[in-house]
Amino acid sequence: MDQDIIKHKDEIPQPTKEDFVSDQMVKWCPGCGDHAILSSVEKVFPKLGVRKEDFVVVSGIGCSSRFPYYMNTYGIHGIHGRAAAIATGVKLANPKLSVWMITGDGDCMAIGGNHFIHAVRRNIDINILLFNNKIYGLTKGQFSPTTPKGFKTKSSPQGTFEQPFNAGELVIGAQGNFFARAIDNNPKMMVEVLFEAARHTGTTVVEILQNCVIFNNNIHELISSRDTRDDNQIFLKHGEPMLFGKGKKKGILLRGTQLEVVELGKNGITEKDILVHNIYNPDPGVHIMLSRMTPPAFPAALGVIRSVTESSFDQNMEEVIEQSKRDSKIKNVDDLLRSGNTWKI
Amino acid sequence: MGTKRNKPVQEKDDVVIRFAGDSGDGMQLTGSLFSDSTAFAGNDFATFPDYPAEIRAPQGTIAGVSGFQVHFGHTNIHTSGDLADVLVAMNPASLKANLKWLKDNATVIVDTDAFVEKAFDKAGYDGNPLEDETLEGYRVIHAPISEMTRDAVHDLGLENKVALKSKNMFALGIVLYLFNRKLDKIYKAFEEKFKSNPLVVEANKRVLRSGYNFADTVEAISPTFNVEPAELKKGLYRNITGNTATAWGFIAASERSGRELFLGSYPITPASEILQELTKHKELTVKAFQAEDEIAGICSAIGASYTGSLAITTTSGPGLSLKSEAIGLAVMTELPIVIVDVQRGGPSTGLPTKSEQSDLMQALFGRNGECPTIVMAASSPTDCFYSAYHAAKISMEHMTPVILLTDGSLANGSEIFRIPRVADLMEINPPLVPPNDEDYKPYKRDEKKLNRRWAVPGTEGLRHRIGGLEKENIEGNVSHDPENHQLMTQLREEKVNRVADFIPEQELIGDSKGDLLIVSWGGTKGVMLTAVEEMHKENQNVSLAHFNHINPLPKNTEEIFSKFKKIVVCELNNGQFVNYLKMKFPEFTYQQYNKIQGLPFMVSELKREFYALLSK
Ligand code: SF4
Repeated sequence: MDQDIIKHKDEIPQPTKEDFVSDQMVKWCPGCGDHAILSSVEKVFPKLGVRKEDFVVVSGIGCSSRFPYYMNTYGIHGIHGRAAAIATGVKLANPKLSVWMITGDGDCMAIGGNHFIHAVRRNIDINILLFNNKIYGLTKGQFSPTTPKGFKTKSSPQGTFEQPFNAGELVIGAQGNFFARAIDNNPKMMVEVLFEAARHTGTTVVEILQNCVIFNNNIHELISSRDTRDDNQIFLKHGEPMLFGKGKKKGILLRGTQLEVVELGKNGITEKDILVHNIYNPDPGVHIMLSRMTPPAFPAALGVIRSVTESSFDQNMEEVIEQSKRDSKIKNVDDLLRSGNTWKI
Repeated sequence: MGTKRNKPVQEKDDVVIRFAGDSGDGMQLTGSLFSDSTAFAGNDFATFPDYPAEIRAPQGTIAGVSGFQVHFGHTNIHTSGDLADVLVAMNPASLKANLKWLKDNATVIVDTDAFVEKAFDKAGYDGNPLEDETLEGYRVIHAPISEMTRDAVHDLGLENKVALKSKNMFALGIVLYLFNRKLDKIYKAFEEKFKSNPLVVEANKRVLRSGYNFADTVEAISPTFNVEPAELKKGLYRNITGNTATAWGFIAASERSGRELFLGSYPITPASEILQELTKHKELTVKAFQAEDEIAGICSAIGASYTGSLAITTTSGPGLSLKSEAIGLAVMTELPIVIVDVQRGGPSTGLPTKSEQSDLMQALFGRNGECPTIVMAASSPTDCFYSAYHAAKISMEHMTPVILLTDGSLANGSEIFRIPRVADLMEINPPLVPPNDEDYKPYKRDEKKLNRRWAVPGTEGLRHRIGGLEKENIEGNVSHDPENHQLMTQLREEKVNRVADFIPEQELIGDSKGDLLIVSWGGTKGVMLTAVEEMHKENQNVSLAHFNHINPLPKNTEEIFSKFKKIVVCELNNGQFVNYLKMKFPEFTYQQYNKIQGLPFMVSELKREFYALLSK
């Protein structure tokens, strides 16, 4: 995608945020986290140097999946769980397009789990925005694959008795090269993260912690609220020590094979002991541990957690096609029909 | 190649020969080499492989028998034949498995070296079938094939196991002698096939020759047979299987329409060869994507279709079930896509390697909501080429999904294919929208066909959204309006119905009126045609309407039906097309003839049925 950004930059007039706002009424509940995400995406798209005709927004089913109708781009609102497969087809058919997939925790990791992990594994160059509200909104409040164990919902009146997925762990375990996390009430951070995702070649997954005011209000409160967030979130930046908390007095340290929260100045800990974030590390070990950090024991990791560069599936496919065109004697269908064993009568 | 021959020769119109042996005996290669030699002899022919469902079933058992049948003649050949004139049986199990498919007086060639105590047991014979009455009435050629194969190559220094690998060529040598064929074409094939291994080429040549010479010395091999070249239309020919023809039909449609071909598919028997064939042709910009499952196969194709590709997905019955919801999405978004269902025996996993026509109802109705698609069926291996081409054309020009039904018999069966020129194929004109077309609305329709137009991402001035939610007529915004839903439902239906104005009228073989109209569809055409042609020769007044277009039906269908006293619908299922016809044209009375054994119809059973109906 980087190349496309550069290629188009000088040729085309810069679109504006308004270019991407659709004329359709946005029908999410007032106060839903989705509104903030929409606004961030509308801010990011004009700045990517991509022609407005070259964006395609693809989604599955769920509250978040109405997204394409609210963006003035090309878009497909698909069927439940299949957005990754549809997006794959779009990208392979025309690798020049900038393909964005919008999905939720149920759409992506329950019914669409298979397509999701395989898109990630193939490293197809699409950007996946995973809105995680840890609940089924559109079907009115059943638990999802990310709902915390023991949580009471309409379909788990006694509390769930199953382990939830951690999106980052799943993505990285599925050979994912790019994983980032943002939260709906910090648009500045979200915009920054979305830029990073857009710049990356290959599948990117941005998990956005999104609040469902109706069915799961305040599920991310520890991480998001003004009072608690300093101790419960850490905005990771490549090359910087992992510090957080009021006045950046706390940090993350790697002791043995495990992460640990420490306080600067206590037990002789100085900034030098603190783990420095390396998004490019191909070894997924630390990235998985960072993804798994959960409040209150750990701060939730936000920002880009992993960004490893490898050629994408679509690039590889294009290369093989070009190579075959050069090498093959078959130049058209008439050649094909006459190849191999034939005889005249 | 001077070959002394001292046997009388008997002329034959057509011959069916079946090669049978253990999975490891190389019967597929033997059969296809014999087919090559048949091509050079100028005969018309069709072939069918018959292999076990298991990859390596236990050696020597019935389950492990692999067969290859060739039907050739100097008249037109429509099928791979039902009963065989010649059987090559490399072991007792293959004899046992195939005996019921032999004509009376058939010639049976056996490897006597394989008829030993141990092998009888495995095959389920009590004793040696060569020594009891099992083969009474057949002309049996006893050949010590294994031993003579070893003799033929003993001075080449091959290991016993390696030497015995070419014993199938000894059998082929006998058969070539029996049909007065030349050896040099087969030699050439060896040279090509085993290019990297001259020793193997030499071994195969020697063994083939040795089989041929052996046949010359055996008195039982008399008379030999000759089949004169067929009178075929002048042109360039090749042998092609249904699956390859399907794949190539789509590539041709892609070239002719200027739309890149995208396949999203998941491997499934008996459709996988289409995926394998298409993935070879990247030089023609074919994008074949092996997806993680059937659903991803079709959904990726829908994505590619939206993006302007000729998009297809290939599968068999179980896969079609999994694709149902996504077909609904394609119907709703009114995107072109061809779904190929290579039917096999069902339900569930059913009979994966056997053929059936039992997915018709699923293709027509197997989706939620009012969800019409075009349904077509291919009628022969070569027709798969034209059906795929035509399905792609209709799908793109009418902006609607097409389900193309083929089946396991067509897929793996082969026949000779007169190679067309792409320029001679029908034009394909997809309704693409030019950039900045002020008139463009996502659901604005063509007046005649009722199709919406194709606005491809990347095109300036046409940004729009589509999806599975009901859309407002013309504008294409999400709409829950009751009247609009009814209107859109009717429009989608009417769009499919109007395809009838763009497909050929139903062909009728035989008189346009009479006592008995035989109706069939899809992959059974060859056998239906053979039965009807034979009955015409026997001066019977029967006619055949064999359908390729199922939904919509050709416009003259009702007219044809109205001219006959009796109508019998023949299909390899429990009566699906007949029920569909009852729904469409309830004014007629239908008889039905169904077979659901995973086996094709036989000419003899069809004729018996038709004669019975005529005399009733
Ligand atoms: S139900 Fe929840 S997720 Fe859905 S729109 Fe309302 S607030 Fe947002």
